[in-house]
Amino acid sequence: MRRGLAPAPFLAPGILFLIVFMAIPVGLLAFYTFFKRGRFGGIVFEFTFDNWVKLLEPLYLGVILQSIGLALVVTLLALAIGYPMAYAIAGLSPKWRTVALVAIVLPFWTNFLIRTYAWILLLNNAGWVNQWLQGLGITDEPISMLYTPQAIVVGLLYMYLPLMVLPLYASLQQLDPALREAATNLGATPWRAFRTVTLPLSIPGALTGCIFVFVPAMSNFVIPELIGGGKTIMVGNLVRDQFFEARDWPFGATLALLLTILLVLVILVQTAVSRRLTEGPRRG
Amino acid sequence: MPTTRRIIAAAAGTIVLAFAATSCSTGGGGDEIDPSADITEQTLTVSIWADYSPEDLAEQFEEATGVKTTIVNHTTNEDIVAKLTASADPGIDVAFVSGQYAQALGEQGLLAELDKSLIPNEENLYPEATQLPYDEGNVYSEPYAWGTTGLCYRPDLTGYDPTSWNDLLDPKPELVGKTTMLSTDRWLSMPALKAQGASINTTDDAELEAAKAQLIETKPTLLAYDDTTFYSKLVSGEAAMVEAWDGWCNYGIAEDPSIKFVVPDEGADLWVDTMTVLESSENKEAAMAFINYILDPEVQTWVAENILYKVPNKAAMEALDPALIESYPTLGITVDELMEQEAIIDLGEDSLKYVDLNAEVLATN
Repeated sequence: MRRGLAPAPFLAPGILFLIVFMAIPVGLLAFYTFFKRGRFGGIVFEFTFDNWVKLLEPLYLGVILQSIGLALVVTLLALAIGYPMAYAIAGLSPKWRTVALVAIVLPFWTNFLIRTYAWILLLNNAGWVNQWLQGLGITDEPISMLYTPQAIVVGLLYMYLPLMVLPLYASLQQLDPALREAATNLGATPWRAFRTVTLPLSIPGALTGCIFVFVPAMSNFVIPELIGGGKTIMVGNLVRDQFFEARDWPFGATLALLLTILLVLVILVQTAVSRRLTEGPRRG
Repeated sequence: MPTTRRIIAAAAGTIVLAFAATSCSTGGGGDEIDPSADITEQTLTVSIWADYSPEDLAEQFEEATGVKTTIVNHTTNEDIVAKLTASADPGIDVAFVSGQYAQALGEQGLLAELDKSLIPNEENLYPEATQLPYDEGNVYSEPYAWGTTGLCYRPDLTGYDPTSWNDLLDPKPELVGKTTMLSTDRWLSMPALKAQGASINTTDDAELEAAKAQLIETKPTLLAYDDTTFYSKLVSGEAAMVEAWDGWCNYGIAEDPSIKFVVPDEGADLWVDTMTVLESSENKEAAMAFINYILDPEVQTWVAENILYKVPNKAAMEALDPALIESYPTLGITVDELMEQEAIIDLGEDSLKYVDLNAEVLATN
């Protein structure tokens, strides 16, 4: 096949979009990180490395590490819950498959904030869950479920689980059933067929799902504030507060850029691993 | 995925653009004020917090004066200040900001001096409301609403009537996990500063350090930090006592009349939301006419009746239905009582100390 520059015109709108909405803003962020804050926000053009040094303060490093930890826990839980779900859905009849997929996507039809507030109504000390628990005599005192780091994990998990299930489903559903049949015909038990055929082939989908969950979970700031009660903050909150509370654009930009760099690194790793699995040498 | 080289090239281009964009963001300034100008030829853009004015305010004002008016909303002081400082002409004529922000914007030369001959309704204000420390003599701003901050609580859940900020900072054992504090701006530190007898505008490092230590000690006793839904936590019974702006406590009282509000003995802040005219405005005469219109007792009575905030307009407050004050006692806080509180002022570069304090308290586990 000839592969010259012929497709270039088709790429132009996309590239233009990326330049205007991605390269330029990220470039601005990078640029801002080397200057001082203006009293009312904005930038004072005096060159400084202070923002990058400030990043290394234990306070900010701690929040960044804590965010990575929380996002990682959410991602692993989403994988553990999402994989069996996707596997089951891929095995349904086409009709029920559609029903299941619509059910997965359905929550997205409701505004994100409203769904977050719904969790507050459900889980607070005077909320429905506690009322039921007390009404049924299971507990005497309400169980505190909200405003803890664990509550943040639950909130993020709920919010981003569909983003794990959908790519996993897509990769599982594309698997050629003949492969599994062949394994079974050759004497593999169902477990072994799953372990040696289905699982390895679904890893790229799982990695995509992990990225889809990890990236937004890491940068979310609404759930820590509402469901976490503002007592545990994540790097997203720091970024937001630098711009809207502290009026420190340069340091906000530094934090945002660091977040972007971290997430790009994660995506690069994911791409490399996926490519290796799909194109690299096959292993038994 | 684009190559690294392309990214670098794009970034370089961006830097050039950024210089171009930021280097032209100073200067500007509208025309001189001409009291005889025909304001019906002018158009007005007003930026105010959402749900803080009558829905048909633009139409009302247009009908009264013939000035075509657009109302836009901002969410916070920081939001509007960012808009006003980001470009030479933000396209806004009148901006509603809190007093300390009016002070800061005024000091930066971004606000027009008010021409009092165009604002005769200023005489409706309490005399005290023209001598507030963030803008003495109301040179740049006229007050829209004012109030204070205190403890909003449910006596049936607390079992007693709190009188001190220490009731919040060091709660009784049975109230642990049943209180919330504000986490925004200067209100996070205020209870701790007032409890130790310090000024809420202090820049003394030792005082701020002590306040920070107290706030970190208080943190585990809190149900949550909450700047927006604290009153509904009281109504639902999740919280028993919350740090609250007086007007917002009323939103709780509206749903549960047993809820009470108290300004602790150590005192609190005096906050004022003000109206300012931008120096960059080309429609200053219409803008002053707008401020004058708002200071009309009837218009400002609407604010007290519907937003449940006190207004600094004597005539408007006197026109208020006594039954409303009985339902919402914070509306009955007198001007003298309010004047005992300490007005928040802008601290210039020292405001960074509060930013750092907030960040440290909120990020500590």
